[in-house]
Amino acid sequence: MTRSRQWVVLSLLLVLLGGITFAYKVVRLGYPVLPDETGEQWLVQARLEIEPVKGPVRASLLLPVRSTGFTVTNESFISRDFGLTLEENMFRRQADWAIRSLDSDRVLYYRATVIRDTRNSRFANRPEIPSAPELDEPWASAMADLVQEVKTESADAQSFAAEILDHLQNSPDDANWNLFLEGVESSLDYARLAQSILAMEQIPSMLVHGILLNNDVQRSAIHTMLAVWDGEHWMLFDPQTGQQGRPEEFMIWWRGMETLAGVSGALINDLQISVKRRLRSSLDLAAQRTELKDSFIGRISLLHLPVQTQSVYEVLLLVPFGILVIVVLRNFVGLSSFGTFAPVLIALAFRETELVKGILLFMMIVSMGLVFRFYLERLRLLLVPRLAAVVTIVVLLMTAISLFSDRMGVETGLSVSLFPMVIISMVIERMSIVWEERGAMTSIQEGLGSLLMASLAYSVISIDVLEYWVTVFPEVNLIVLGLIVALGRYTGFRLTELIRFRQLAGSNPL
Amino acid sequence: MRSNGVLGLNRRNGDYILKMNDRRFFPLVDDKVLCKERLQERGLAVPELIALARYMQQASHLGDLLGTHNEFVIKPAHGSGGDGILVIKDRKADYFVDSDGNLVKRADLEHHVTNVIGGLYSLGGQPDVAMIESLVHFDPAFAGLTYHGVPDIRVIVYRGYPVMAMVRLPTRESHGKANLHQGAIGVGVDLATGITVGGVSGNSPVSLHPDTGSEISGFQVPHWSSIVSMAAQCFEAVELGYLGVDIVLDERHGPLILELNARPGLNIQIANRRGLRLRLDAVDGLGQREESPEWRVEWACRAFGDPRTDLFNPEPLLSGS
Repeated sequence: MTRSRQWVVLSLLLVLLGGITFAYKVVRLGYPVLPDETGEQWLVQARLEIEPVKGPVRASLLLPVRSTGFTVTNESFISRDFGLTLEENMFRRQADWAIRSLDSDRVLYYRATVIRDTRNSRFANRPEIPSAPELDEPWASAMADLVQEVKTESADAQSFAAEILDHLQNSPDDANWNLFLEGVESSLDYARLAQSILAMEQIPSMLVHGILLNNDVQRSAIHTMLAVWDGEHWMLFDPQTGQQGRPEEFMIWWRGMETLAGVSGALINDLQISVKRRLRSSLDLAAQRTELKDSFIGRISLLHLPVQTQSVYEVLLLVPFGILVIVVLRNFVGLSSFGTFAPVLIALAFRETELVKGILLFMMIVSMGLVFRFYLERLRLLLVPRLAAVVTIVVLLMTAISLFSDRMGVETGLSVSLFPMVIISMVIERMSIVWEERGAMTSIQEGLGSLLMASLAYSVISIDVLEYWVTVFPEVNLIVLGLIVALGRYTGFRLTELIRFRQLAGSNPL
Repeated sequence: MRSNGVLGLNRRNGDYILKMNDRRFFPLVDDKVLCKERLQERGLAVPELIALARYMQQASHLGDLLGTHNEFVIKPAHGSGGDGILVIKDRKADYFVDSDGNLVKRADLEHHVTNVIGGLYSLGGQPDVAMIESLVHFDPAFAGLTYHGVPDIRVIVYRGYPVMAMVRLPTRESHGKANLHQGAIGVGVDLATGITVGGVSGNSPVSLHPDTGSEISGFQVPHWSSIVSMAAQCFEAVELGYLGVDIVLDERHGPLILELNARPGLNIQIANRRGLRLRLDAVDGLGQREESPEWRVEWACRAFGDPRTDLFNPEPLLSGS
C-alpha cells in the first residue's frame, strides 16, 4: 500500500474502532447514550495514606452510619494485603486494618455509594446526664455569670443552646465570653465550648461530624455540628451560625469525640475524603457492571478508577475535542493564534471561571501584564529573566485579583488561580514583540484571535454530553483521533485564503 | 481558484514542503550561518559576514566585533519572517543610525544583540547566534522604487527549476524591510525577461509605490539572467525541492544571495497574478531527470517566460533539447 493512502485507512480504522466500541456499549450493554437526570447519588471515597514506623501496623477508620438523610450502599475496601475486620453497632461502625509488618507506604481506600433517604432514623440513644465541669478561677465565676445571663434569656434546652451559640458568635466585647473564646476558631472548637456550657446546666450534648454532599470535591472538609438533647429529642445546631436543623446536604459520618482515623505502628501521611456527584444512570451502569465482569469492552470506562483520578481524566479526555477545534480553525478557517494549542489551555481555564468572566479576567491579566512587560523592556533585562519576571508578575496579579474579588464578594476570582499562568506569560511576551515589530493593531488583533479560538474551543468542551461521553465512552477520542488524522491530509484552501487570493479566482484572473 | 492553479497553505505544506523538503536539510536554510557557508562553497555570492556574536558577553564588546564598520545589519541566525533584523546605516561616536534615520544608542544595540542570542526571535525560543553582516548598497536602479532599506528579489525554485519570481520593495510602513507581511510591496516579475508586471501590497494590488510615487510595472530588473541562474544553483547547495531564494542587488558586487527559505510564502502568486500549481505540475511533468542548472533555467524561462502566454505546452521544448 502506498504511503499516501495509508492515512485514509488509518483514519477510517480509528473512527470505526471508536464507533463500534461505542455502539457495542450502547446496543449490547445498554449504556445510555445521554445522561438521564432522574436522580443523583454520590461516590464517597476515604483515602488513607500511611507510612510504617515499626512492627505490626494497625489502622482504623470510622465508617458512615445510616442516619436521617442518606443511606450508604455498595461499600468496598481496598486493603492491599491488610487483614480487614469490621466493628459495627447501631450508632458506630469502624473498619480495622492490620498487618504484621509493612516496609513501604500504603494507601487504603474505603468507597461507598451514598443515596438520599427520606426515612427518619434514630439518631442516638437516650443520653446520660453530664456532670458540670469543674473550673478554676477566674473561669468558674465567669462561667457562672454567663450561664446566668443566658438562662434569663431562654426558656428551655433548645433556646438555651441557641442563645449560647448566638453569644459565642456575637459577644466579642463581653469580658466573660472573651475569656473562653480565646483560641476558638473551627466549628469543632465552638461546638466543644458550647458543650461545656451546656454541661453546666446538665443538658446532654454530643458532637456530630460529617461532610457536605453538594458538589464534586477532591478534598472534602469535615463539618462538625452540635447535637443537644432537650429531654425527648436530639436537635442539631450549626455551632458557627447557631442555625438549628440538619442542612439538607449534610451527611452524618460519625459522632462523639473520636477522630476519623487512627493508626498504631505507623503515621498517617494523608487522609482525604472525596465526593463525586453521579447521575442515576450511572447507578444503573454500576448495577450492570457486576454482571459485565467478563466483558472486556464493558470495562473500558472511567467509572472503575478512583474518584479523584476520574475527575482528572474527565478533563484530560476533553482536551482532544478542544484540539480538534483548533485544527479546524487553523487549517480550514485559517485563523492564527499565539502558541499552537495555548487556546485549548485557556479554554480549560474557562471551565473554572465561566466564559464571560474568564474572558474578562484574561483580558485584564494580559493587559496589565503588557504594561509591566513594556516597563521591563526599558530595564533591558535578558530574555529568560524577563520571562521569569513576567510569570511572577502574572502570578501576583492573579493573587491580587483573587484577594480583591474575595473582598468584593465575587467568588470567581478565586478560581483564577487555575489559569495557566505560564501560557498567559508567553502570550504577553509574544504580544509585546508583535506590538513592537508590527504595531499595536496586529498585536491586539492576534490576541483577540487567540481569545476567539479559546472561546470556541471552550464552547465545544463545555457541552454537557461530551463530559458524560468521555467518562462513560472514552473511545470517542479514537473517533476524534481519526478525524484529526483525516484533517491532517486536507490540502485544499483555507477559508481565509479564499479572501486572500480572491483576485486570482474566476475564469479570467485580472 | 483551484482551476487557476492557486496554491493554498495546506497544500503547500502537505504536498510540497513535507514531500520535497527533507527534514535533515532544513538546518541548512534555517541556520543562516550554515547556509552562507554552503552557498560560498558553491561559489555563490553572498553578503560579507563581519562577525558572529554567540555569547552574551560579546554583546558588551560590540565595538571589537564591529571593528571599523559603520554600516551593517544585525540578524538572528535562526530568525524567521524578517523579525529581529536591525539595519544600521551610519555611526556617530556612540550613536548609530538605523534605516529609518533614527538614532540608536549603543546600549539599545547591545540589548538587541542579547535578545537575539537569548532566542527571542528564533523558532521555539532556542538560544541563537547574532550575525553581523555588511550592509548591501543597493543598486541605484531601484532608487525610484524603494523607501529606505534594500529591495530584494524572491525566486521560488522547485526541484531546481525557477518557477516564479517577484521583487519586494520596502516601504515606510515596512521600516525598510523587504518582508511582505511587514508592509513591503511585492511585484511580479517575468521570469524570462526580468520585467516587472505589477504590484501587491498586503493582499491588494497597487500600481504606484506609496512613498516614491513611481510606476511599479514595466521596470527592468538588472542582472536578471544571473539572478535566475544563481537561484537555480541553490538547489544543489541545500537539496531542498521547494525553496524560496532571496537575492539582493549590490551596487558593486552585483546579485548576492541574502537567504534561503524552506517555507516561502504564497503572496508571490498575488504579485504575479498567477497560481503556482500549474507551474509546479509542469515541472513534475518532466519526471525524474538530472539536468544542469543552465538547462533548468533555460527550460523554465521558455516554459514560464511570457506571462501573457502562460498556458504553455512543455512537450515541444523538451523534444527540442
